[in-house]
Amino acid sequence: MSKSILYDATVCIDCKLCERACAERNKLPYDDNIAAEQMMSAHKLTFVMTKGDKFMRRLCMNCQDPACASVCPVAALRKTSLGPVTYDESRCIGCRYCMLACPFGIPKYEWNKVLPRVRKCDMCSDRVAAGRPTACAEACPTGATKFGNRDELIAEANDRIAKAPNQYVNHIYGLEEVGGTSVLLLSSVPFDLFGLHTPTEPLPTLTYRVLSRLPDIVSLGGVLLGGVWWITHRRAEVAAAEATERRAKKERNEEDEEK
Amino acid sequence: MKLPKLSFWKAVMVVVLLAGAYATVLRFTRGLGASTNLTDRFPWGLWIGFDVMCGVMLAAGGFTLTAAVYIFNLERFRPIVRPTVLTAFLGYSLVVAALMFDLGRPYRIWHPLVMWNPHSVMFEVAWCVTLYTSVLSLEFAPIIFERLRMEKALQIQHAIVIPLVILGVLLSTLHQSSLGSLYLIVPEKLHPLWYSPLLPVFFFISAICVGLAMTIFESYMSSKAFGKQLELPLLISLGRVLVVALAVYAVLRFQDLYHRGALQYLRHLGYETDLFLVEVVLGLLLPIALLLSRRIRETTGGLYLAAVLVLLGFVTNRLNVAVTGMEASSGLRYFPKWTELAITGSMIVAGFAVFTLAAKYLPIFPEAGASGTRTGQGTHPSPVARVDLAFSHARKA
Repeated sequence: MSKSILYDATVCIDCKLCERACAERNKLPYDDNIAAEQMMSAHKLTFVMTKGDKFMRRLCMNCQDPACASVCPVAALRKTSLGPVTYDESRCIGCRYCMLACPFGIPKYEWNKVLPRVRKCDMCSDRVAAGRPTACAEACPTGATKFGNRDELIAEANDRIAKAPNQYVNHIYGLEEVGGTSVLLLSSVPFDLFGLHTPTEPLPTLTYRVLSRLPDIVSLGGVLLGGVWWITHRRAEVAAAEATERRAKKERNEEDEEK
Repeated sequence: MKLPKLSFWKAVMVVVLLAGAYATVLRFTRGLGASTNLTDRFPWGLWIGFDVMCGVMLAAGGFTLTAAVYIFNLERFRPIVRPTVLTAFLGYSLVVAALMFDLGRPYRIWHPLVMWNPHSVMFEVAWCVTLYTSVLSLEFAPIIFERLRMEKALQIQHAIVIPLVILGVLLSTLHQSSLGSLYLIVPEKLHPLWYSPLLPVFFFISAICVGLAMTIFESYMSSKAFGKQLELPLLISLGRVLVVALAVYAVLRFQDLYHRGALQYLRHLGYETDLFLVEVVLGLLLPIALLLSRRIRETTGGLYLAAVLVLLGFVTNRLNVAVTGMEASSGLRYFPKWTELAITGSMIVAGFAVFTLAAKYLPIFPEAGASGTRTGQGTHPSPVARVDLAFSHARKA
């Protein structure tokens, strides 16, 4: 059963307890200065974005078909069947293609370390695997961040919108965006306001469309190049053979003349 | 003992290498944050945009020329195969060297070979580059074998050369185009003047153009530097092929911009548009015009000028894809730090230096006066004269 996080911005009170819980779980420092940072970084894997009196949690969306996992040349990033997109730092070579590819700008790098890692929210994969909710959901005092089965959370989100259509924009962000995400968002104002605008097509199909043709290109190209070589060199062989023949004929003629 | 004469360009090279050495120390003791202007919002910079993307592109002469000679049986191009294979081998070696700087964990560069992800373009590029560098070293091997008079090894290499060349062409086709495919995953981030589903096709065709232009460029440079014979009639026919390849590229690029409705971005001049125009007008349309003129095409100076414009044009193209086109969406302007420039500069210097040494000690160029006529001595345009100085020690030594 695939797990998800449902974040309902209309219930959020910007207490930032999710930020604190996340920092604790990931053994990262957390103080007032860090709490004031309105961006994700290698030391802050989630934050509550403030736009006037509106809030929006930002964290790794843990996509159903993640661009980061698809581009990673060493499969350090993986989508697990439970939902979390995990990162195995022992495989990572530090090419940072995941950072380039992520449509949400989530993976962050430890730029100041000599042996850096990529850092991102992994939806508390260890806790989720043990049947527990994510640290942020557990810490949330208002139920703005809720953890559960994806299907049930989608049903609940639809239900909330149906019951109070004036309170919400009629959209569950993450239901279809980039092929669906394991983090679902509800808001009273358009998601654009928080810089959330992504196509519905899963991005990995854009590259896989090309990559999946490679075996065909190699086999076709191999036959084609081999064929061209065979033809061009056959011509040379024929020319050489004809030249020998002509020479032999000429010699015979000369012999005949001598006789 | 007399001290070697220190020419201006030699001094520049030494300064660049010293700066590069210091930058290397900074890179490996302080990390990427202190030694580059890269950030979370702009994770790929000069080392990927120039050293890797342009490095691979500039090495494309290797597969273009070996295909022409070995597969298409265009024997007359054989004399220029060796220098292009050498350039290609050097180019790929430098790409790997640059990656050792750019990767956060360079000592794990071998990971993609054992930890697979066939869905990743980068994985495919890693495999292709590894295999193709091996192929290039085997294609280059006879030059070493000849020097060491290893007859048996030469025979073995000769027996496998055709499959080797075919493999090399296939691998090059794959990864030259795949460097473009890398950017297919960022439709929202790369500016519409450069993002296109045809990126892999553009990268492949432009690699062929650059392969041809690079061959013209280095044949000319070598003839100036080493006094080796310049095969002018050969280079003129390369110029003819080049102008056709450029025209195909230009038409396809225009069609693509038109069909995607991206031409509207050209209505207003600005950062992206300006750099697009540099790429397309100076690096594509101008060399096409030059090469179409018989009078220009058939002089060494004109041919050389067109080739240099093509090289600069496509270098701009790669930098536009990797840097210019990615800036607006990141909300940042990226300009490399001095350390990044110093290391890239050192790579270029190292490339020139190794090529010079190889040309001096290995049988790269055909013996002068073996066939044809010596040409290209009459014209001496100023840009060449300056670069020529860089090579002067090779000639004098």
